[in-house]
Amino acid sequence: MLQNYIPILILFLLAAGFGLGVVVISMFLGPRRPDPSKLSTYECGMEVEPGARQRFDVKYYLVFMAFLVFDVEVVFMYPWAVRFQKLGLFGFVEMLIFLLILLVGYVYIWRKGVLEWE
Amino acid sequence: MIPLEYSLTLSAVLFTLGVIGVLVRRNVIVLLMCVELMLNAVNLSFVALSDHLNSAEGLLYVFFVMTVAAAEASVGLAIVVSLVRARNTVYADEVDLLKG
Amino acid sequence: MNFQMADLQLLAPHIVVLATALLVLLAEAFCKGERKGYLAYLGIAGIVVAALLTPRLFGPQRLGFSGMLAGDGFAAFFYFILYAVGILTLLVSQNYLRDERFEHGEYYALVLLALVGMMLMAGATHLMVVFLALETMSIAIYALAGYFRTERSVEASLKYFILGGFASGFLLYGIALIYGACGTTQIYDVMAYFKALPALTSSPMALAGIGLLTVGFGFKVAAVPFHAWTPDVYQGAPTSVTAFMATGVKAAAFSAFLRVFVVAFQGTHVEWSGVLWVLALLTMTLGNLTAIAQTDVKRMLAYSSIAHAGYLLVGLVVGTPEASSAMMVYLLAYAFMNIGAFACVIMVGRYGQENTSLDAYAGIGFRFPALGLAMAVFMFSMAGIPPTAGFIGKFLIFKAAVHEGYYWLTILGVLNSAASVYYYLRVIITMYFKPSPDEPAVDGLRVGPSAALATVLAGVGVLYLGIIPGGIIKLAEQAVRFMG
Repeated sequence: MLQNYIPILILFLLAAGFGLGVVVISMFLGPRRPDPSKLSTYECGMEVEPGARQRFDVKYYLVFMAFLVFDVEVVFMYPWAVRFQKLGLFGFVEMLIFLLILLVGYVYIWRKGVLEWE
Repeated sequence: MIPLEYSLTLSAVLFTLGVIGVLVRRNVIVLLMCVELMLNAVNLSFVALSDHLNSAEGLLYVFFVMTVAAAEASVGLAIVVSLVRARNTVYADEVDLLKG
Repeated sequence: MNFQMADLQLLAPHIVVLATALLVLLAEAFCKGERKGYLAYLGIAGIVVAALLTPRLFGPQRLGFSGMLAGDGFAAFFYFILYAVGILTLLVSQNYLRDERFEHGEYYALVLLALVGMMLMAGATHLMVVFLALETMSIAIYALAGYFRTERSVEASLKYFILGGFASGFLLYGIALIYGACGTTQIYDVMAYFKALPALTSSPMALAGIGLLTVGFGFKVAAVPFHAWTPDVYQGAPTSVTAFMATGVKAAAFSAFLRVFVVAFQGTHVEWSGVLWVLALLTMTLGNLTAIAQTDVKRMLAYSSIAHAGYLLVGLVVGTPEASSAMMVYLLAYAFMNIGAFACVIMVGRYGQENTSLDAYAGIGFRFPALGLAMAVFMFSMAGIPPTAGFIGKFLIFKAAVHEGYYWLTILGVLNSAASVYYYLRVIITMYFKPSPDEPAVDGLRVGPSAALATVLAGVGVLYLGIIPGGIIKLAEQAVRFMG
């Protein structure tokens, strides 16, 4: 029973060893000339603007709420999509109604200016 | 195969942790997380029972509970934001205007 | 997938109310202008259309959507209670929101969405629908409770939210355990399962499930010891929302409580009725005793609503069809008298000054005779004095209890009811027999046509049910016949 897991253990050790090994080797072999732009946080190559530990604009929370709705909606679409053929027209109409209700919410937040940043 | 009792016990332990959290913690965000923990602990029960009973109903519950938890979280955070605006605090025991 | 077009008939009222809510939301987004009070009338129109689609649900029970939703007299009767609550709430709110400078369409949309949740609770025959409907209702009401965004309103919303979420956790865990014990959560399947396997009634999993469901529902109906949130939330929330919560949530929660316990768990009546017996007594007594000590009218009405939940629990303990129909009449009566009372409380206040302390009521009975009369009628009804609706409700519940031999509970209930007369009459005495101060806090009423109409409708409802209750009682008795 347990020996079935031995290949997995070997793979695990190999992966860990490779990851550690590369870091250790480059630590010894690579040249090291630190300068400010190398030490700074990587942010798509741009100048970092400002620090990472700042407060976030409260507007993010409105975006978060909108995001949450359209994120969780997929929970219902995925099973529906998997069984799409079997559910047929009934399932299709049902999903349209579901999306229509969500659309009303979307139109509402759009008209209320949640999506405008300024 | 994990026995049913193990999952149900884990679920009960997590649920109890959530309950204790709601009763003893003060930060409203943590209270919110504890309520979510309670709901997700129950989800674990549903999954385990669904497997044990060989019925899909339990799995359906999980989908709906996840949605409800998300809706609760977003309304909850909206309430927290208006709490911060009105009172400038996130501590439940400082919210005590209404008393008998 | 066994869906039939006929199933839609069972869902038609819900669809109409939901569509109205979405329409109100869109109207709020697209119509210009700051003042959206007229959207209340759109909401009322929607409810009226739904009400026209409801009478055909009376009659033998039909189950639809794979046994998830019932169309029966029981559901239809509760739909009508909820329509009354919805229409009265919208009427009361319209004027109040204008005065408080919060005339937004979202408020009406949220009321309608909560109403859809309540209606689904009354029609649900599957615990999944019960849970989803409860959440639909609750989440809308969390938002409504914090609608004014003042410190008190937000505090009420926060407390309701945390404890409401806590309670739904318990309810859901109870559902999970019932699922584990029975392998299904369809209410009539659960009933059949308990009947087929009497040994199940002593299974720890089933009993724990029933216990957790009691806790979950107990929170929603504000039964002692799960009532701690009630006074704070009722006092802090906007008064129109308090009226909606006290009547609508209570009616919806009791409808699901009834269908789950009296139908699904009827095989275990011996087990749960003992617990509910104690809860009913505690709820009545604690609600009444604490209400006596209150000096704030809104808070007093909150404790009184706890006491009323206690009387209703007596009906649940009895668990016979007679008791169920008595509870339905009681909830209808409660809807009229409670919203009426809160409408009067709103009129006494003014912008930025709620005037809910009892002292503010000194002498207003003679200065504003119509308001005094209305408040007096509602207070008499709450106290259960004939010829008002409150008396009929209490009478029917205690009659059902006596028929089943619950003498002690009846005696204690009647004693409680007598004690409650004290604090209801105190409001009337303050209004009529206390001299107004030289500079009265209330120098005018905020009364608009809609609020006046709501008060008159509620008053007519209270007196109609009190004087000629025969028709409604018969309807309620027919309604429970097909419940199962």
